[in-house]
Amino acid sequence: MSITQAPPETEHAHESLDGAVVKADFPILNQPLRAGQKPLVFLDSAASAQKPQVVIDAMSDYYARVNANIHRGVYDLSEAATEAYEDARRKIATFINAQSPRECIMVRNTTEAINLVAQAWGKANLKEGDLIVFTEMEHHSNIVPWHILAAEKNLRQAHVHIDDEGRLDLDEYAEILRQEPKLVAFTHVSNSLGTVNPVKQMIADAHAAGAIAVVDAAQSAPHLPIDVQDLDADFLALSGHKMLGPMGSGALYGKKALLDAMPPYMGGGSMIRKVFLDHTTWADVPAKFEAGTPSVGDTVGLGAAIDYLNALDMRRVWAHEREVVAYALEALQDVPDIRFFGPTDAQARSGVVSFALGDLHPHDISQILNEHNVAVRAGHHCTQPLMKALGVTATTRASFYVYNTREDVDRLVEALHDVRRVFSGLPSSTTAAARADGPCRQEWDAKTFDG
Amino acid sequence: MTFGTDSIYREIILDHYQNPRNRGTLEPSDYSYEDSNPLCGDEVRIDVRVKDDAIDEIAFSGQGCAISQASASILMELVDGKSLDEVKKIDKDELLDEIGIDLSPARLKCALLSLKVLKAGLYGIEHANAELDEI
Repeated sequence: MSITQAPPETEHAHESLDGAVVKADFPILNQPLRAGQKPLVFLDSAASAQKPQVVIDAMSDYYARVNANIHRGVYDLSEAATEAYEDARRKIATFINAQSPRECIMVRNTTEAINLVAQAWGKANLKEGDLIVFTEMEHHSNIVPWHILAAEKNLRQAHVHIDDEGRLDLDEYAEILRQEPKLVAFTHVSNSLGTVNPVKQMIADAHAAGAIAVVDAAQSAPHLPIDVQDLDADFLALSGHKMLGPMGSGALYGKKALLDAMPPYMGGGSMIRKVFLDHTTWADVPAKFEAGTPSVGDTVGLGAAIDYLNALDMRRVWAHEREVVAYALEALQDVPDIRFFGPTDAQARSGVVSFALGDLHPHDISQILNEHNVAVRAGHHCTQPLMKALGVTATTRASFYVYNTREDVDRLVEALHDVRRVFSGLPSSTTAAARADGPCRQEWDAKTFDG
Repeated sequence: MTFGTDSIYREIILDHYQNPRNRGTLEPSDYSYEDSNPLCGDEVRIDVRVKDDAIDEIAFSGQGCAISQASASILMELVDGKSLDEVKKIDKDELLDEIGIDLSPARLKCALLSLKVLKAGLYGIEHANAELDEI
């Protein structure tokens, strides 16, 4: 299914997700507060999402009851660990509708997945002078591996730029495709702007031009239903930690025929069929690309995260984020001097809202938001070429996920009003709140000035 | 962790951020150096004119977060007119005392960028890095 708009509604999708109910499943969002401290509003899920208790329990349970090195151990624990690992792989395959779990290679993150494609597919299939294409809105993880490969193989590069609303220039894309590139790489959803790209059409166009298509799904897999067969993606990369799973888990999807024909990425244990003193033959996929002991516990955690997301229903996840982001775009208009980056149409973007506030530096904004216990990200978001295109060095970015609510948006808006008050020299609301809170205030004074 | 907005954006920071002292460039100058902080993208350049082994004129330019720009302005007041020997002895604690706020490690880099630039300009980057505990 092509996700440039809300997926078709089903019976289930009519019941909307309640962010407050979901939030109760996340221990980090429900920690005890200091006196006078407001509950944490976590708006940095695009960088890394929080983990529900079931994911933490699954990992803990794996290490408490199951752990042993996988494959080739002929004893109960090793067989159980192998089964847990392969079970997680099957869950990931089903989640993205791969034809077979063999098409899913477990990696640490999206970065590793894209490097794998560049180094394994790229080295075997590209030659000097070949053209590769990526876009101006890519995360550095979908730029730098191509720079490294281009320098090694002396490849040509072409780049698709963005328009004023932060959408890809598809006319330019079409023009570049006429130059017959061998590979195109693009993100499904922009991590800095939230732009949802028309990837299904872009993949079809790439195929018509004779190129393979690599999709960075780091920002889409957590938020909307992914169907690699419907998209017809050749490769698709995702990070577990952005979709409620642990850091160190992730997957590369690749079409079986492509994976079969590719040389390995790293050499070592598990990826071999036979090793002789002077040469090696390779294992079948996916083992061929999984050298060394994998992150089994993390992968099991990702499997639990996928179970959790499936129980929420990805169509409801997407609908919930549409609702929260639409509310945010409207509520934030209330803050004077705010300027948004990215598409103005809430339906054409994911749960990411990047903005500027007057000429204030994003780090100053996020620092004051932190004092309101509102966590956002400030910086270039690993998209320096995009920042240059936008004419800024950094933005402030609020990103929303399953556990966010309209109340979280209200807290953000209130805190942004306070940012403006601080920089106009007016009394800040947290200053007043802190003063009203005697003991905490004294403790802070002591720490800062006498400590 | 500090608590309360005035913990960092105290009057002194806002005053220097909004009314920077010695902001500009000196051309020609005896010493000129600039550097940036990759985290925030802060940029600071400092130009110095020296007379009788003392700072005769000093100016800073650049852009970035309030902490980096206010700290550069505070540094101007701290060193203007001092002898080069005296300036060499100014360490990060002295500047942080002047700024008078409690900063997280990430924001310390913002606050100390101007001192690093001044020391690198006057005494070389190795002295500046040694002084600011950078490797």
